[in-house]
Amino acid sequence: MKNETATSGLSLNEPLLWERGRKGRCGVDLPGDDVPQSPLPEEVRASGPPDIPDLAEIDVVRHYTRLSTWNFGVDTGMYPLGSCTMKYNPKTNERQAGLAGFCNAHPLLPENLSQGALRLMAKLQTDLCEITGMDAASLQPAAGAHGELAGMLILHAYFAGKGKQRHKIIIPDTAHGTNPASAALCGFRPVAVPSGPDGILLAETVRDVMDEDTAGIMLTNPNTLGLFEAHIPEISRIVHEKGGLVYADGANLNALMGIVRMGCIGVDVMHLNLHKTFSTPHGGGGPGAGPVLVKKFLDPFLPVPRVIRNDDGSLALSEDFPFSIGRLVGFFGHFLVWVRAYSYIRSLGPEGLKRASQLAVLNANYIRARLKDTYHLPYETPCLHECVFSDKDLTPYKVSTLDVAKRLMDHGFHPPTIYFPLVVHGSLMIEPTETESKEEIDRFVDAMINIAAEAKSNPDLLHAAPCRTRVTRLDEVEAARRPCLVG
Amino acid sequence: MRYFPHTEEDIGRMLETIGAGSIDALFSGIPPDCRSDGAMHLAEPLCEWDLDRTMSDLAKENAVWPDLRLFVGAGRYSHQIPAVVPALATRSEFLTAYTPYQPEISQGTLQAIYEYQTLAARLMGVDVVTASHYDGATALAESLLMAIRKTGKSRVVVSRAIHPHFRQVIRTYLKPTGYPVTEAGFTNEGITDLSGIDLTDAAALAVQSPNFFGCIEPLSRFATAAHDAGALLVASFTEALSLGILKSPGSQGADIVAGEGQSFGLPMGFGGPGLGMLGARQDLVRTLPGRLIGKTKDRNGKPGFVLTLATREQHIRREKATSNICSNNGHCALTAAIYLASVGSAGLRSLARTNHNKAAYLAASLETIGMPRRFSAPFFNEFVIQAPPAFASIRQDLLQKGFLAGLPIERHYPELKNHYLFCATETLSRWDMDQLIAEVRP
Repeated sequence: MKNETATSGLSLNEPLLWERGRKGRCGVDLPGDDVPQSPLPEEVRASGPPDIPDLAEIDVVRHYTRLSTWNFGVDTGMYPLGSCTMKYNPKTNERQAGLAGFCNAHPLLPENLSQGALRLMAKLQTDLCEITGMDAASLQPAAGAHGELAGMLILHAYFAGKGKQRHKIIIPDTAHGTNPASAALCGFRPVAVPSGPDGILLAETVRDVMDEDTAGIMLTNPNTLGLFEAHIPEISRIVHEKGGLVYADGANLNALMGIVRMGCIGVDVMHLNLHKTFSTPHGGGGPGAGPVLVKKFLDPFLPVPRVIRNDDGSLALSEDFPFSIGRLVGFFGHFLVWVRAYSYIRSLGPEGLKRASQLAVLNANYIRARLKDTYHLPYETPCLHECVFSDKDLTPYKVSTLDVAKRLMDHGFHPPTIYFPLVVHGSLMIEPTETESKEEIDRFVDAMINIAAEAKSNPDLLHAAPCRTRVTRLDEVEAARRPCLVG
Repeated sequence: MRYFPHTEEDIGRMLETIGAGSIDALFSGIPPDCRSDGAMHLAEPLCEWDLDRTMSDLAKENAVWPDLRLFVGAGRYSHQIPAVVPALATRSEFLTAYTPYQPEISQGTLQAIYEYQTLAARLMGVDVVTASHYDGATALAESLLMAIRKTGKSRVVVSRAIHPHFRQVIRTYLKPTGYPVTEAGFTNEGITDLSGIDLTDAAALAVQSPNFFGCIEPLSRFATAAHDAGALLVASFTEALSLGILKSPGSQGADIVAGEGQSFGLPMGFGGPGLGMLGARQDLVRTLPGRLIGKTKDRNGKPGFVLTLATREQHIRREKATSNICSNNGHCALTAAIYLASVGSAGLRSLARTNHNKAAYLAASLETIGMPRRFSAPFFNEFVIQAPPAFASIRQDLLQKGFLAGLPIERHYPELKNHYLFCATETLSRWDMDQLIAEVRP
């Protein structure tokens, strides 16, 4: 294989944190007390020091530096994890989120001492409304799934306000995996419906199940096959005619900025994943942020507190919204994530955001075109920001999607999303994003083609993969059977 | 457009491979009636240095140390953060990774979170801790749903001395389910009052310690009361540093512990992100919401870590999952682990002591100028004082002089008019406190 990205290098072992600890070390020089001692009563005080390890500063630095090198991040290489939009995270966003005025601000500061934070919130809300065509926003939900929950709570409150609660919600098989759980948390019963033959939900399918006890539909657009739900205006009409609402999971907005405004095609409520489209780093598992956006008539239900404008033009926070679904987090939400998203929007401007979507779609279609003769393409419909293949052509060689994914690591790439969406058997969902260059994508495609050839000539190589990583395939069954969750 | 590597020539060649005449042609699957017409009305792009100026101007409109000395906690605490903590946590391999779905190339995050789970479990006195939640309030709300699932009972009893915002979040989460929430009052000592509260049909009793008033609750007593009635005791906290010196909630009989970990190396950040810490007894592990990391072995017998017990999660059980949590606050958990590793057992205890000493000094000083503590129970680093009515305007004047002197709590507790919640941490010096007293002294 030419131009190999992955090679072997010196990788240092590192024990568990407490195996490094030695009593008597401390990684900080503690300040002496400048006030008298005031012992706590014995009945509330622990009998001894807490059971955590003691390390010097250098121990801590080596420990975490070594651990960090065992991770693959966007800064390490291409991370085409479908539906996760792992684009490059601009460094300036980190600088802005690290400004003392943002990170040291207490959330209970009086309003006149926190106008900067409130202005950033107000501006980001306005910008997100402009990008999506929605009328009002709350930044409060702490993650995408939390935004879904906020949306479902809004649906619940809307029907409660009408005096007749509805109990069902339509969820197509091409929606995100969290959708049914978010609906169920609000007491809705998910009604699963299949997508049409070309991967797009048909209006007739919705017409057949939509009734007076159905709160509405929860669809991911573009869906998890990377396809635009082309019948959404008609679907919206059907749902609205029966008094239901349209919820859109906007996690895949990266394909649509400047191209489609969801608020203009019948969507009533939606959420965004700031850590995806607006490039805030995912941090190995969050924090993200999942703002919820609504059309005007649902504005009263948004979570509190909300930013309001005083008569003198200054901003304030208010809880005076009697129909609100209430508060979703301890304070206002993931403010420092909003700073990064706002920084990104200001860096790109309207044309830049649209360009991001165009190039994301170009990259995905380029991968699709280059791989379609090598891997089975379950849907012929042109894709948007991600493309979905399956392992159908590899099964005669007893090679699965998992094997392909693991082998990709040996080539120096993070694998795509696998076995999702569920609607495709053995799926491989590839989302390159706009920040990958043609050369990088070509290297990725070459690796994929190589792996397909290896699958036919030497399938055992794939079964044994990955072989260049620190650890080989891990026993997940054993981990679940006999859980060892603490050391 | 520094984030886009494409040259015009690249774009032309890529379109040729695809067989499309233009980028616009790639969007042909979107019907014309779905297209937006016209450009988005957003501000024009800023170059990196203009952005610095714009953002810095916004940031300067917030008052922070050293221009403001903060005598307020109430759920967000000002603590020193050793320089190693952000330096290590922001290493880009940690920061720019996704949820560790592919364990072979995510061992760094996986081991670090496994270590976090371990340290947090020891501090909270429980068997298992999840890989993080959004914040203390959502962790508490989810733990009540968990108690409802476990016990099969539907009502929960929640102390009024729990942070008012946390109680609001509980109501939001429970409202669509119809599960009733009963609130228990508080005594003159400042602790939860169970008199007149029937726990027999309750799934859980939720108590915060130190509570919103800063008072330390007798958790063992509540554990007995809850268990006698067949309910679970859910213990919460907003000041994680208190775990450095107080008896752990688990050791006092709490079945579930759900609190806020912001004090462990995370900036206040105008309220977010923080760190939801959620842990429980071993037999509750399969009802826990959120992610867990487990230890296992690879094919060569080498130890390694994976996301585990995923069968509880939304992508497997869909609507029957324990919760809808997907992205959580994993990076905040990692940061907390680095913080705990840096301060260690001796440092954590010493810092906790210092916090209490400073708060006790401040409380005693305020008492000398006619603002005594309202509650008598032992406190950690926060306490409620009763002030003369004139203090409201003095407090406003003090803002101009750079002091945020306590939080009025009447808004949340109408019966506590002219009462203020004060906080002192290691970031306040004796001089800061003496200056405040000098300003307020009549």
